[in-house]
Amino acid sequence: MPDSDYILEMKKIRKQFPGVLALDDVDFDLKPGEVHVLLGENGAGKSTLMKILSGAYSKDSGDIFINGKKTEIGTPANAQGLGIGIIYQEFNLNPYMSVAENIFMGREPVIVPGVINWHRLYRDAQAILDGLNVNISAKQKVESLGVAMQQMVEVAKALSLDARILIMDEPTASLSNNEIESLFQTILDLKKQGVAIIYISHRLQEIFEIGDRVTVLRDGQYIGTKPVSEITRDDMVRMMVNRSLDDQIPKQKAKVGDVVLKVENLNVEQRLKDISFELRTGEVLGIAGLMGAGRTRLAKTLFGAETIKSGTILINGKKLELKSPRDAINAGIGLVTEDRKHEGLILDLPVKQNISMPNIRKFLRRGVINFKKENTVVDEYIDKLNIKTPTRNKLCVNLSGGNQQKVVLSKWLCSDARIFIFDEPTRGIDVGAKTEIYHLMNELTANGIAIIMISSEMPEILGMSDRILVMRDGRIEAEFPGEKATQEQIMKYALGESYEISV
Amino acid sequence: MKSLFKDLDFMQMRQFGTLFGLIALCVLFTILSPHFLSASNLLNVAQQSAIIAVISVGMTFVIITAGIDLSVGSVLAFSGVVMASVLHTGLPIPVGILVGFAVGFSCGLVNGLLVTYGNIPPFIATLGMMSIARGAGLWYTDGRPISGFDDSFRFLANGEIFHIPVPVIIMVVVYAIAHFVLTRTKMGRYTYAIGGNEEAAKLSGINIKLYLNIIYGIAGLLSALGAVMLTARLNSAQPIAGIMYELDAIAATVIGGTSLFGGKGTVVGTLIGALIIGVLRNGLNLLGVSSFIQQIVIGSVIIGAILLDTNLKKSKA
Repeated sequence: MPDSDYILEMKKIRKQFPGVLALDDVDFDLKPGEVHVLLGENGAGKSTLMKILSGAYSKDSGDIFINGKKTEIGTPANAQGLGIGIIYQEFNLNPYMSVAENIFMGREPVIVPGVINWHRLYRDAQAILDGLNVNISAKQKVESLGVAMQQMVEVAKALSLDARILIMDEPTASLSNNEIESLFQTILDLKKQGVAIIYISHRLQEIFEIGDRVTVLRDGQYIGTKPVSEITRDDMVRMMVNRSLDDQIPKQKAKVGDVVLKVENLNVEQRLKDISFELRTGEVLGIAGLMGAGRTRLAKTLFGAETIKSGTILINGKKLELKSPRDAINAGIGLVTEDRKHEGLILDLPVKQNISMPNIRKFLRRGVINFKKENTVVDEYIDKLNIKTPTRNKLCVNLSGGNQQKVVLSKWLCSDARIFIFDEPTRGIDVGAKTEIYHLMNELTANGIAIIMISSEMPEILGMSDRILVMRDGRIEAEFPGEKATQEQIMKYALGESYEISV
Repeated sequence: MKSLFKDLDFMQMRQFGTLFGLIALCVLFTILSPHFLSASNLLNVAQQSAIIAVISVGMTFVIITAGIDLSVGSVLAFSGVVMASVLHTGLPIPVGILVGFAVGFSCGLVNGLLVTYGNIPPFIATLGMMSIARGAGLWYTDGRPISGFDDSFRFLANGEIFHIPVPVIIMVVVYAIAHFVLTRTKMGRYTYAIGGNEEAAKLSGINIKLYLNIIYGIAGLLSALGAVMLTARLNSAQPIAGIMYELDAIAATVIGGTSLFGGKGTVVGTLIGALIIGVLRNGLNLLGVSSFIQQIVIGSVIIGAILLDTNLKKSKA
């Protein structure tokens, strides 16, 4: 192997998670002093690839070369030693300690072992901060800094570890325009020093401003790498979403009837802005958007779990007062949450208890649970939904993802919900169980039930929806009939204005 | 052996383990002391365990919701002296007892309100109540015990029905009701749900605040019942009664297999736990073991039970 131009080369990286191939022989490389953008939808495999690079995950196969030398990363500590620094969206800083203490956490300079050399600690930290051209005192407490400056502390921490490769995961997500400008200035300075930066962002505008090359991943696959100067926005969107849609989504159209749910000018403080839409019986209303677009917030708001600032919700033309999930359940709404382990199920309780949780009133006779009735009903759902469990008394923690999801579904089927809200209904579920969930949705709509389906999976959104709403930044940006929408259109609206500006 | 346990879930296995421990202890003391295994001694153990056992029921409910109640001993003392003062005015016994219950329930309810609406961790809320109720009892009585009650009141401690001491009957009735509530009612289901996963419980439409308030209230109420039993036994209500009872109640609950993380536990286990502590005290007394060493033994049993618990769970997982 000759000496390489590349500081990093990842070749044919493969990673399998239960039920999903997260990375399918992905290639990625990086030159010193460049900003290489990693682009892709939610779940495309960006995070997994970066976690492998930073030692948080191990790869199943493939090779990593650093400065042309084949290297096994292994652990996060090793990654640090190899000069790989990562700045997560959530900072790992102790807010009550000084900037210098945070930068040198666990590596404080000492006079004799156990006694910190405070003079050197502050001096060294200040030197790094000054090198970044940021106006932070090493003695300041981290809690006194704004988000942008805390991010700079993270950068300083990585540099103090002699990072030559810096991974930035959506670094501008919570920054103001001015802060973004100063971050970009810092990035330019780092480039001059030969630091290579892997930059993850959904904001296409930024890519043109700061990126040198861009690599696109889709569904765990490597799509391609292009110099930013030779690529257009349309190219990027196409690369992100241009999958063939021959995936067999077994959609069966049901008869779409009357409006069951009407939402008018719904606002939730800071999160949802002027949301208005209608939902009809027998219909699947898909809601697309990127992470953080407010889709889950909308689901929870319709389910009474968020405080509504203004707006009205009508069920069958009648105004619904939503104070708690109980009100939503009584109105015939069921929520299949995105995070079934933490919100959908009580994992340490049996299947039976979970299914009857919102429905226990149905099984009461003079205040006492009628086990016979409860068992019969629960067994009915286990049977009907083909839940694979030896008995109704098996703890949910021991079931597979697909079967857990069916338990959550059973909860709401049992509660006679007429409006189902599915938030990422097939996340973390294997292919077979996915198809079963789709069939169940068909069955629901055939029975006149209305479905709101939030999903980040394009094939699912396009395949199952009768109508599609695209959300961005707490607003509904667009509406399409299901059969007319394309992946590009949806992605353009999900990515938002920055796209339109330059077109 | 294996096939016998095949169909049991972990909780049931765990209960068998606790029961086995209790039986093993009884066998051990029977061998070591000729006085242990007699009807009168065993009833004595049950009678002595009854107060802690009753308080432990409330503790079990609270701990299943992933909470804790450190105030039970102080609430017992406070509701005891208030009840005693009412009895001394000459009002009918049931009135005095009901006033005591009201005081206990109110203290518990305040705990619940602090936890649910004040968003204070249960440990802190009930730690505060522990001090407040203790101080209130001392202040109310000026630090002096209130002594001397009718025989009809003292019957609650000394009486027997069909040769069974009344405290034992009270204990059995309380456990029967609690077991029924926990396994056969909506409230029981919700208790496990709240402790198992509060967010999921909320999104299943459960009114978490309401049920937590009821549960903390019941814990206070059962402390007041403990106060009735203790006052009747001592023929005196003391503002310094019940010190460290909260620790015995927590010990009985966790030895009985209830998880401090919530979501898991049974009152049957707690009853066995309370009896284990009672049998240990009684047996060690019969053997003439000093009370200092007894504390060491009981502490070791608590730690041992939990060590076994966590490691068993690991090996099962």
